[in-house]
Amino acid sequence: MNQSVFEPWNDPNAKPLIQFKGVTKRFGEFTAIDNQTFDIYEKEFFALLGPSGCGKTTMMRMLAGFEAPTEGQIWLDGQDIAPIPPNKRAVNMMFQSYALFPHLSVWDNIAFGLKRDGLPPDAIGDRVGEMLKLTRLEKFAKRKPHQISGGQRQRVALARSLAKAPKLLLLDEPLGALDAKLRQDTQFELMDIQETTGTTFVIVTHDQEEAMTVASRVAVMDDGRIMQADTPANIYEMPNSVYVADFIGDVTIIEGTATRNGNGYDIAFAEGQPSLHAESEIDLTDGSRAALAIRPEKVSISAEKPENTRNALQGKILDIAYLGNLSTYHVELPTGQIVKAQAANTRRLSRRSFTWEDEVWISWTDTAAVLLEA
Amino acid sequence: MRRVVLIAVPYLWLLALFLVPFIIVLKISLSDYALSIPPYTPKLDFAAGWEGIKAFFSALDFENFTFLTTDDLYWKAYLSSVQIAAIATLCTLLVGYPIAYGMANAPDHWRPTLMMLVILPFWTSFLIRVYSWMGILSTEGYLNQLLIGMGLISEPLTILNTNTAVYIGIVYTYLPFMILPIYATLERMDASLLEAAEDLGCSRIQAFWLVTLPLSRNGIIAGCFLVFIPTIGEFVIPALLGGSDTLMIGKVLWEEFFNNRDWPVASAVAVILLLILIIPIILFQRNEQKQREAEG
Repeated sequence: MNQSVFEPWNDPNAKPLIQFKGVTKRFGEFTAIDNQTFDIYEKEFFALLGPSGCGKTTMMRMLAGFEAPTEGQIWLDGQDIAPIPPNKRAVNMMFQSYALFPHLSVWDNIAFGLKRDGLPPDAIGDRVGEMLKLTRLEKFAKRKPHQISGGQRQRVALARSLAKAPKLLLLDEPLGALDAKLRQDTQFELMDIQETTGTTFVIVTHDQEEAMTVASRVAVMDDGRIMQADTPANIYEMPNSVYVADFIGDVTIIEGTATRNGNGYDIAFAEGQPSLHAESEIDLTDGSRAALAIRPEKVSISAEKPENTRNALQGKILDIAYLGNLSTYHVELPTGQIVKAQAANTRRLSRRSFTWEDEVWISWTDTAAVLLEA
Repeated sequence: MRRVVLIAVPYLWLLALFLVPFIIVLKISLSDYALSIPPYTPKLDFAAGWEGIKAFFSALDFENFTFLTTDDLYWKAYLSSVQIAAIATLCTLLVGYPIAYGMANAPDHWRPTLMMLVILPFWTSFLIRVYSWMGILSTEGYLNQLLIGMGLISEPLTILNTNTAVYIGIVYTYLPFMILPIYATLERMDASLLEAAEDLGCSRIQAFWLVTLPLSRNGIIAGCFLVFIPTIGEFVIPALLGGSDTLMIGKVLWEEFFNNRDWPVASAVAVILLLILIIPIILFQRNEQKQREAEG
């Protein structure tokens, strides 16, 4: 294994391509972006993820030049881009609606930006041909946008925004208009194209699965702030806040009082219930409030009380969500707290071990849960 | 059965109000001038039975149409009408497009008001509005008073009873027909298209020429036809605002009917006018159809 891992954000010598320096954006009274400072590196596939209204689109429009920051600066390649209008930036954008020019053919749509640069016709022809090949659209070059399918339109939009070989490509919900199956295929296609061209991609999406699949780093946003920006695995396994843990994937949050014990903390969450143990490196004073975030797939479910674990609770199955390969069990503790547990359906459905109203034990290891400040 | 009835309603309407009058006019245009009431022969005499009908049809001829070609007044009038209509349409477009563009880019809550202001003149009589232009444009009119008052001119300008006044009248009257279809296409346009154009390197002005203008083409074509077609046959505006040298076929038609009382020749003029108008009407319909197909 000679391959080095692509992690420029951990390399102190790496020069970021984009730097947000204390950027704030207000629309009247409303603060869309709240004093954000962060870096995006070259060749990254950076995802801005969050619910609608969290400011992710504003962030992207500031990069494209359609909005100007109220305070702070945005640097691209060592240069403040505030005075550069959108038509002069080495940044291109793929619009959510694709924004293909309906009166132009696929070929002319892709050539549009190149023609504005005043390139000679054969250079334009070569570049458009290259883009058509990259997005497998050669056959549709002469068609108008309304004569091709949604998936093809999406690829035209991508080809058009890549044609000028921008330093940075912005993608605004690029797959939002596609159906689920096509969306999956296109996600991998996007990653391939990003790798082939080596362009830095910033994608805005509200679909966490999409962000996790395509991105090298995901920034989870809420209320104009980036809550956590990290690799998909770290975001999922090591969320830094209850918000991020709850936003990404399925999770059970148990709140309680923490007391230091060995390498971690004991969490007392309810009277009459055993306290739970979680290993953690965070610093909490004894008696402070804390939250345990437990992923359902890390919780096992059994009929008998399991040995060798400190985290075992008894409860009653309230609900079973059958997902085909998996089932998610909603187990209600005597306190009313619901814990989600996931188990693979290795047996036929009719021979499933547990059913509604069954009394069961749920358990997890000391390292399974993530301890967070409440 | 119900469908037949539903379809029959518009067809009966067209039959009664378009086809029947047209056949009557066509028949008169093939008749001869006569000093009688009505002032033409032959008349259909049903009492004479089959012989009467045969005699009636044998008396019809194309004499009046031949006559139109012998006097150069007529073809000059047709040509002049088309020319005036074309220039007036262009002027209306130049005035109407910026207005439609401004409306489409106005804040949302302003648009209904602006739309209302465009349509408002329709609620007063067309004739009164044209008359009021006489008051504005005449030598003692408001416009001249204003310009003299401001010291821009010392002698009043002669605008009324010239072609200029006709153009002003036409542009004023038909402006809403130009504004509304253009506004409709501009308002429907996806704003992100302009952002995309800018993102790909266009200046604002380039984006207008390369995106906005081509995408409002259908509105422009529709607006131009809606102004051009009725303007060719326009009578009231040239009669009230135009001078003796303003030659338009609508005026010629009126004079044939009411001054010369030559109904057959007047009808022939009307039939030719209709034939001339059929060409732009068909082109207009095809444009609309193409637009529907492109959107469907």
